[in-house]
Parts: sequence; structure tokens; C-alpha cells
Amino acid sequence: MKNNHLPLSQSHFINGNEACAEAALLAGCRFFAGYPITPSTEIAEHLAERLPEVGGIFIQMEDEIASMNAVLGAVWGGLKGMSATSGPGFSLMMENIGLAVMTETPCVVVDVQRGGPSTGLATLVGQGDMMQARWGSHGSYEIIALCPSSPQEFFYQTIQAFNLSEKFRVPVLLMADEMVGHMSEKVVIPPIEKLEIYPRRYTLKPPGEYKVYQRAENGVPEMVKAGDGYRIHVTGTTHDERGYPFMNEETQKELIPRLVDKIRKNHKELIDTKEFFTEDAEVVLVGYGITARTLRWVAHLAREKNLKVGVLKLNIVWPFPDEVVLNLAKKVKALVVCEINMGQMVREVERAAKGFCEVKFMGHPGGGMHSPTDILEAVQQVKA
Amino acid sequence: MKTEIRIAGLGGQGVILAGYILGKTATIYQNKHATLTQSYGPESRGSACSACVIISDEEIFYPHLTNTDVGIFMSQDGYHKFNREAKDSALLFLDSDLVKPEEKDAGKLLFIPATQIAEKLGKKIVANMVILGFLARHSGIVTLEALREAVGSIVSKKHLELNLKALYQGYNYQVEKVR
Repeated sequence: MKNNHLPLSQSHFINGNEACAEAALLAGCRFFAGYPITPSTEIAEHLAERLPEVGGIFIQMEDEIASMNAVLGAVWGGLKGMSATSGPGFSLMMENIGLAVMTETPCVVVDVQRGGPSTGLATLVGQGDMMQARWGSHGSYEIIALCPSSPQEFFYQTIQAFNLSEKFRVPVLLMADEMVGHMSEKVVIPPIEKLEIYPRRYTLKPPGEYKVYQRAENGVPEMVKAGDGYRIHVTGTTHDERGYPFMNEETQKELIPRLVDKIRKNHKELIDTKEFFTEDAEVVLVGYGITARTLRWVAHLAREKNLKVGVLKLNIVWPFPDEVVLNLAKKVKALVVCEINMGQMVREVERAAKGFCEVKFMGHPGGGMHSPTDILEAVQQVKA
Repeated sequence: MKTEIRIAGLGGQGVILAGYILGKTATIYQNKHATLTQSYGPESRGSACSACVIISDEEIFYPHLTNTDVGIFMSQDGYHKFNREAKDSALLFLDSDLVKPEEKDAGKLLFIPATQIAEKLGKKIVANMVILGFLARHSGIVTLEALREAVGSIVSKKHLELNLKALYQGYNYQVEKVR
């Protein structure tokens, strides 16, 4: 719904995409490059109007490949930047998401998932890009991805995404879905002083002493921006800590483990899950995004029937919260994984559960959501 | 308390806007929870179109309708597509010039010639406001005062008077038949 001159910091009745766009502004995003695609278009639309009002730049590019490149350029120019897309555009962005990983360029990419593959269901819900988020670009890397399940959560996770991208200098992927993007609900926008915004960590070293990829806190190098007098080299080719390309095994052995360890060694900090009724649960439903809401409703229905059902909701999906799943697997009879795809995150749950309990999968090809009664039936079929 | 509302009509009748106003009224002006989802297709004006609104005192988990309490129908197609999902005690609000109901729904119906009233006011696109006013009077889901505030926050100054007039006319309409 069009809502000009949205005043900040109060309650609104807006859709998830608009909530995301407003949150981006509060997180400090001042650059958006993208190519409109349903069901993410409202993010671009909203920012096209709002960014100029706050001194930022909105640019509609010729495609999603160029959009990603523009975002990376803007970030090295000193701005916080993002793009938003859906499945087909997300596919095109993959190469340059890899470039962002390799050049350690903090940025946020929103994928409002729709039914796929290919053009698929342009206007209807899907959750089929979850593995693409993790593995879509080539080479060995780690990434951070979040899944919101309401407009309000979309708001907070957008800020969280910017913060994490600055802290770890990785692209952070916001894996929303059509339902969450398009549904309108009450969104409370707090005053900016109440929000924790992680600023970019610029170096205090003078030019000459500064090395662009020298490991600092958490293994993450400090940044500079173009025009500040530092001579830097930023490349997607394997490089040393000065940023100079060296195409050999030694340099690769130095660089890639550091990139991967930024996430792996700090993964405890990146566990973000929520549990409902799991204390005494015999069956725990596992889901993320809009599906997590269906699961909470199922748990509610199940409890009315005295069935001991709980819910594990994944907020950060990548890196995957292995420990949380393993702990649950050790105390329940079954984990039932529900997602709007034909089986993606269920593989992670199976891996993390290490055979301690049964792992059941309930998929949905997209275009709609699971029926709560179907899930309830599946729960009742779990062997005692 | 939870109320599930289906609004259906044709693109261009303000069906989605009516849903949005209901949701905004409930959340911002009556401090309740509300969720608006819509059938979202590539079509726009002139094709089937529907909005789902859930209003509740508690947090809403599942955003689809499972038990429709209120139906608002502004086209025959919309009525036929969704009248069966309404529960036995549901209230169905119909634009009497545009929808011919089925016999079996007789006990649930409330009629108002919303489009005709809107046309007399000068613009048939405010039929959605007429029906919202009518709904406020006969359903108790939202109050007229809260509705008026929500409409005031959305509609531009230039069109506000017309929209409020439509809202009041719907509210004050002498009902033809209550169950």
C-alpha cells in the first residue's frame, strides 16, 4: 500500500517489503541498486522514493548481475548498500555474491522467494532457494542467511543483516518469502536511538602501514574507502594481505581458511533460533520463514489435543545451528521438518541430528502453504 | 476473539484497500492484531480479486483463513468462489445490485446497494467505503470512529470528504434484511 512520507518511529500497518526498506534506511543503507522483480518490487519501489529523501542513491540497473556489481562499488566508495530480488534474479547475482565473499565486501541481498525453478510462480510463495543461498556461488565459502516470518521480523532482521555484514564482512542474505513480503501487519518502528547499529570498522592506521586484507578482530580485516588516500587493490583473484593477486597454493591456503573461519570460528555468535513448547515435547516441528508460523499454529492445535508438540524456528539458517538441532534430537522422538520446497534444509537437520531421532520431511512444491491439518496428521503418525 | 474476513470482488473496486483499511483500523486505532493477505496475481482491474483479513486479540500465527466469520462480496464471481468457506454462523455482506445469493445462505445475508449509493455520491469507487461503514454498523468488528481515523490517515485531503460521506451513508443505511 502506498504510504508517502512514512514517518519513522511509530506503529504502522505495512507489508514486509516496506518494513524491510524502512529498516534498511535505519541501518544506514544509502545505496540500492536493483532490477525490479515480483515479489520483491515493493522494496525497490519504496527505496526509490525514500533514499533520495535521506541523501542516498537509488539506481535501477540493466539486470541483477550489474546490480550486484554496483552495490559492491558503492560499498568500497563508503556507503552501506543492498539489493533485493527474487529467484531468477538471485540466480544472476550468484557470481558477484561470490565476488563479495572473496573481496570481503559487506552488503545485504534480499531474496523474496517465490515458486521455482525458472520463472515458476512469479506471484506465489516458495522457499526453494535455501540451498542456493548456501552453495549458489562457486568455490569454498561460508555465508550468513536469515529468514523472517513476519513484517516486524523482516524489519529487525534487515538491521541484523546489515550489522552482521559489517561485523564479518560477508554478504548477508535475507531469505524472505512472498507471503512475508506481501502480507501487511502491524510494524513498530522504534526510534533510531533504540536500535543497535554496527558501524563499518574503518582502519585507524595511516596509508603505508595499512594492509587491505590484514587479519584484525575475529579474523576480519579493517576497511578503508576510496578517496581517503589509501592505495589498495581489491580483486576476486586469490590475493595476499596487501590485496595483490598471487595465483598459487600458498596464498590460497592463507586466504580461504581465513574467509571460512570468520564464520566457522564465530558460529556460536551466529546461532539465532527460537523454541516454543520444546521443554516436554516428543515431536518438534522445524521450520523458518512463513512456515514457522504455520508450525506454531499446528503446535497450538496439537496441545489442545494433548499432543506434546513443540516448534524450532530458525532465524539464522546459515550457518546452520547444528548444536541446537542435536540437543533437541537427543530428547525427542522425531523432528518434523516443513518447508515450501521438495527437501532442502531437512538435509541439514538430518545431518545435525546424527541419527539420535527420526527426521521426517513434509515438503510443499510452492504456490501455497502447508495445511495445518496435514502436518497435524503427520505428527500423529510418529511412532510411539 | 478472532475474526476471519474474506473480501471479494473485481480488481478496481477497492477490495484490497478495504482490507487494508480494516487491518489498519484494527491494529493502529483499536490496538488489536491483524493480518492482511491478498490473492496476488498478474491480473489487475476487472478480474477476480480477494483479500483476507484476520483480526484477533492475540498474536496471529497462520495467516490464511480456516473458518470465515465474515464475507464481503462485491461481485457474483467472488461470492461463488468463496461463499462455501463461510461457517454456519457467518455474516455475509453483499452488494445487492451485483450479487444474487444462493438459497442456502439466506440466514446469513445483509444487503446494501453499495455501488449505487457510491454512484449517487458521485464516484462509484467509494463503494468500498459504503460497505465498510455498513460492516461497522452490523458486525462490531471495528468502530466507526476508528474506521474514520484510518480512512483519514490514508485518503488524500482532496478526496477525504467524499470517502467519509460514503462511510457514513453505509453506516446509516436502513438495512433491508437482517437474519
